[in-house]
Amino acid sequence: MAKILIPTPLRPYTDKQDAVDASGATVGELLADLTRRHSGLKAHLFNDQGKLRSFVNVYVNDEDIRYLQKEQTPVNASDTVSIIPSVAGGVDTVEDVRRSDLGRMGEPLTNDEVKRYSRHLIMPEVGVDGQRKLKASKVLCIGAGGLGSPVAMYLAAAGVGTLGIVDFDTVDFSNLQRQILHGTPDVGRSKLASAKDKLHALNPEVDIQTYEVALSSQNAMQLFEPYDVVVDGTDNFPTRYLVNDACVLLGKPNAYGSIFRFEGQASVFATKDGPCYRCLYPEPPPPGLVPSCAEGGVLGVLPGLIGVIQATEAVKLIMGIGEPLIGRFLIYDALRMRFRELKLRKDPDCPVCGTHPTVTKLIDYEQFCGITPAAPEPVAVNHATEISSVELKQRLDRGDRPRIVDVREPNEYQINRIPGSELIPLGDVPKRYGELNPDEEIVVHCKMGGRSAKAADFLRSVGFKRVLNLKGGILDWIDKVDPSQPKY
Amino acid sequence: MSDGRLTISARVNEAIRRHGEETYPHECCGALVGRGDAVTDAVALPNTTEEGPRRRFLVRPSDYRLAEQRATELGGELLGFYHSHPDHPAKPSQYDLDHAWPTFAYVIVAVAAGASQAMTVWFLKDDRSIFEEGSLHHGENSHPDPAQTVHR
Repeated sequence: MAKILIPTPLRPYTDKQDAVDASGATVGELLADLTRRHSGLKAHLFNDQGKLRSFVNVYVNDEDIRYLQKEQTPVNASDTVSIIPSVAGGVDTVEDVRRSDLGRMGEPLTNDEVKRYSRHLIMPEVGVDGQRKLKASKVLCIGAGGLGSPVAMYLAAAGVGTLGIVDFDTVDFSNLQRQILHGTPDVGRSKLASAKDKLHALNPEVDIQTYEVALSSQNAMQLFEPYDVVVDGTDNFPTRYLVNDACVLLGKPNAYGSIFRFEGQASVFATKDGPCYRCLYPEPPPPGLVPSCAEGGVLGVLPGLIGVIQATEAVKLIMGIGEPLIGRFLIYDALRMRFRELKLRKDPDCPVCGTHPTVTKLIDYEQFCGITPAAPEPVAVNHATEISSVELKQRLDRGDRPRIVDVREPNEYQINRIPGSELIPLGDVPKRYGELNPDEEIVVHCKMGGRSAKAADFLRSVGFKRVLNLKGGILDWIDKVDPSQPKY
Repeated sequence: MSDGRLTISARVNEAIRRHGEETYPHECCGALVGRGDAVTDAVALPNTTEEGPRRRFLVRPSDYRLAEQRATELGGELLGFYHSHPDHPAKPSQYDLDHAWPTFAYVIVAVAAGASQAMTVWFLKDDRSIFEEGSLHHGENSHPDPAQTVHR
């Protein structure tokens, strides 16, 4: 028998005694006997692998056993063995985020959950602990569109406890080619209502929280605050910068993804020591330079792949397994079927996550991205530069014959057109304007009015006198004049 | 041991904040001494970490013993430890959780750009799964002399 001195925090496990007896010829045997007698001590002295925890120090008389024979150190009845704490702590480093999780373990799993998640549970990297972490986790998905669809579906299927979704849009036919949360009968419904039905059917255990609002600098901090991870499924620059900045300010990881035509990107931003979106792109591109998916198109299966990468990263961060996509920027080319990876570093001069940040609260992101709400133009100017679909129709009906130039791409022209229009794609206008007469009245149009405004500016700059831009493009024409034509 | 409740005197509160501001941008650490759920003294201890004091603190075993000894001398008991989180919120990290002792109160003070911010108290759940936030109360001063409150 030897005497073991028990430190204050462990005394509740030894009936408040500061010294207890245990038997054994070595320190290892003595501790084994001690935990047999006082079973509550075990979890605090030993880790899951049965090794003494690093912050538990054992002294024989006044010598640390690390400098003797460790747990093989012999003890006899006259020795005094002391358990002495080291007290350690600190803030998490990237290494910890890598290794660890978001800190919480959910309630024990029910029998139904064990069945549902059995393919997770049998993998030691996930196991019951990992599944309980998922159950305790809260993930916020920005957008229920192309990226949000696979993100929300896989996260719900995987057993994330709370899934928040922010969106304010309604389901349109043009969404169905890629937004697999929504089906044909959902067209016209709110995306959130549609998403909630699908996700609930998939996994009724998940608490689906929906926020039917446009994400803004006024509501972002409050919306993000209860969540552990934010998944960015936005399709525009102002919101992307907003999501990034709010994540940095709140210290929430941002599982980022974006898609355009055949190319996708993904990374994990805004972890404690990792870079953020602004470390990569400090400034947004000039407005109009990078077209949106509505203008440039997107391969329907592409968001499936990128969204699933975002969901994978969210799940890994929550469970604390694997190597997260922190400090790495993944670029995927669907046509060539190739992945490239760029190394990203945290920029010490980053305006939001650097050492001396200049952005310490959310700003006006529309303004930051150069998109300010268009001021109403004076009516007189309107008459000279723009024409509405209805006006154009009335003039055509009266027998006026302005030349109608469609500046879209040939594949768009194949889908729908204004009768009597001729096609000169925007990119060809500078070399083909000679086909037009500068004194003639010309109406230019595109899908929504953006590209044709550029064409009109160009034509005026080279001396055309009477150029009118069709307001709202062919979409407005179809809405107001010719609903028989398809929209895209 | 408490039911997630800890009372600290105004001077202890002040002393912990000052200690965190003095050591900023490094972490400070120290012991909490008192009776029941009332902390009467904060014992500043050296941060002996070798992993970078901006993100870590370590109270080595010899200083732990010293803290127990000081607690006895002051007629109290060791109730827990405090440390600062420079430029991070006053929430326990995974590292804190991995290294936590049961029953101890863990007081964390956030220090942002050299100024102390929120102060919170946490207790390890018995199964070591999480830290549960306790309630921090501010009590009367029990020492007449403020200089006595921090023992270095």
